[in-house]
Amino acid sequence: MPPVLRRFMRNPRAVVGLAICLGVSLVAVFAPHLTREDPEYIDFGKLSQRLERPGVSTPLGRDNFGRDLYSRIVMGTRVSLGVGVSAVLLGMFVGTLLGLLAGFYGGWIDEVIMRTTDVLYAFPAILLALALVAALGPSLTNLVLAISFVSVPGFARVMRGSTVAVRSSEMVEAARATGVGPLRIVVRYVLPNALTPTIVFAAISLASALLTEAGLSFLGLGVQPPTPSWGGILAEGREFLRTAPFMTNFAGLAILVTVVGFNLLGDGIRDVLDPRNGG
Amino acid sequence: MTVFVVRRLLALVPVLLGVSTVVFFILHLTPGDPAQMMLGDYATREAVEQLRKEMGLDRPLYVQYGIFVADVARGDLGRSITQRQPVRVLIGQRLVATAELALAAMFIALLVGITLGVLAAVNRGWLDYLITTVSLLGVSAPVFYLGLLLIMLFSVQLEAFPVSGRGGPLLPAIGALFTGDPQPLLTALRHLFLPALTLGLSFSALIARMTRATMLEVLGQDFIRTARAKGLNARLTVLKHALRNAGIPLLTIVGLQLSGLLGGSVLTETVFAWPGLGRLAVDAIFARDFPLVQGTVLTVALIFVLMNLLVDALYGLVDPRVSYA
Repeated sequence: MPPVLRRFMRNPRAVVGLAICLGVSLVAVFAPHLTREDPEYIDFGKLSQRLERPGVSTPLGRDNFGRDLYSRIVMGTRVSLGVGVSAVLLGMFVGTLLGLLAGFYGGWIDEVIMRTTDVLYAFPAILLALALVAALGPSLTNLVLAISFVSVPGFARVMRGSTVAVRSSEMVEAARATGVGPLRIVVRYVLPNALTPTIVFAAISLASALLTEAGLSFLGLGVQPPTPSWGGILAEGREFLRTAPFMTNFAGLAILVTVVGFNLLGDGIRDVLDPRNGG
Repeated sequence: MTVFVVRRLLALVPVLLGVSTVVFFILHLTPGDPAQMMLGDYATREAVEQLRKEMGLDRPLYVQYGIFVADVARGDLGRSITQRQPVRVLIGQRLVATAELALAAMFIALLVGITLGVLAAVNRGWLDYLITTVSLLGVSAPVFYLGLLLIMLFSVQLEAFPVSGRGGPLLPAIGALFTGDPQPLLTALRHLFLPALTLGLSFSALIARMTRATMLEVLGQDFIRTARAKGLNARLTVLKHALRNAGIPLLTIVGLQLSGLLGGSVLTETVFAWPGLGRLAVDAIFARDFPLVQGTVLTVALIFVLMNLLVDALYGLVDPRVSYA
């Protein structure tokens, strides 16, 4: 086992984080095979069982339309995680590219890009995403676009920082002197150097993307019913806090556990790869 | 100091111009006609044209942008479509409620967060483990879920605090206290308690994590070892030497995370039906009241930028080495 991997496996937080993330991802991938009933269809024959408490026949109970809550939360895993992962990947791609341009070329390109990120940082993420979704109209695609837009400035800053750190290093100077082209310099020297901070930032961004998605869905501007999402289920359960608190709690726990997983993974990778932590 | 503040205020101009530009373009470069969206699918063409003219949407985009920026610079945020009142007036009415909530939450967050962070950094062991775990849960829990949990506990189970609404403005209530009537203040505080606790606890988890990390860094430095070697009282070392030196990085981080607090207030205000700025923004978004959306989003961004300026000015109080010359 390479030493980095061994250090990772010895870090309990990293391992727990990885286990949660893998588990949740598996649920998301195999969601259609794990559900017990149709998570969206409202069966009028089951309306009488609405808000049924968790029990042997329905492990997590039924929602206010008599739908199996377990099936909705399992399917919601796919929706919520899908939105979060796509948004972060898109934000990472755009942000990394912008940060690379800013850090590598400097000058006015750097000024324009970095001042723009300053401006975007002045908005609370959820409010900016909210305004974007409101303008674009609520749909899954627009939700992903809005959440990824919010994550772009962070990735740009991380990438710019690592690029500037390598740009004037001797190895890059030597490569330039021997006539290596900019694209090759970026691929061979700049990107590898930026890999660690970007991965750590991606894990943390995923945690906040999940929270933003949940927040938007909670406000009613995220995933639209009947499609299940964790934030949406939580919002629906809000009206039944007295009679069926389990609705809110199961959805809330799903969000909590998953976000904990990605936060632990991010912290863990940072601990393991941080040269100050010996090894 | 004055020179510093003036210079920083001038530096805000381009940022605020950028912020207004972003807000303007988010709502104007979107597919669909805002007037049509506001009136719905069944509006007559005449009604839509009328509203377009009223909102200035019939002019070229760059003219609209110029007018918008000039208006914002004069402090004119336009008129709300749904409420038929100047946006500035509507925001003014809500600003105090949000300020009450945010300040109370900040107080709770700093008190709980710094205490837990210092305790965790000083007592490495089970206490550190416990605090680290709790604060991890705290930063990972959606603020609206935390709010609902607190409602379940304090309002549904214990029936101790009201579920929603504001019990009247705080300042006049404090005034009434001097005339011998404590009732308004009690009502106001009872309503403020749950939302402030929700937002405060959520933010305190973040502050606890930051405090712990910063304190650990400072506690590992030479001057702390010197202080300890001199036989200085352990508590004094931590509080006077370490915490004070952790102050600057901590202040920076807290300042940058203030947008999280403002964002969290949007959700908290929705959970508790708190009549603040965040709630106003959400309502405006649902009503497709574009001038009101622009105004509220712009105001929240302005508050964030100004609070960061305040944080920078506070550096001097925390660290006497910082000069503003």
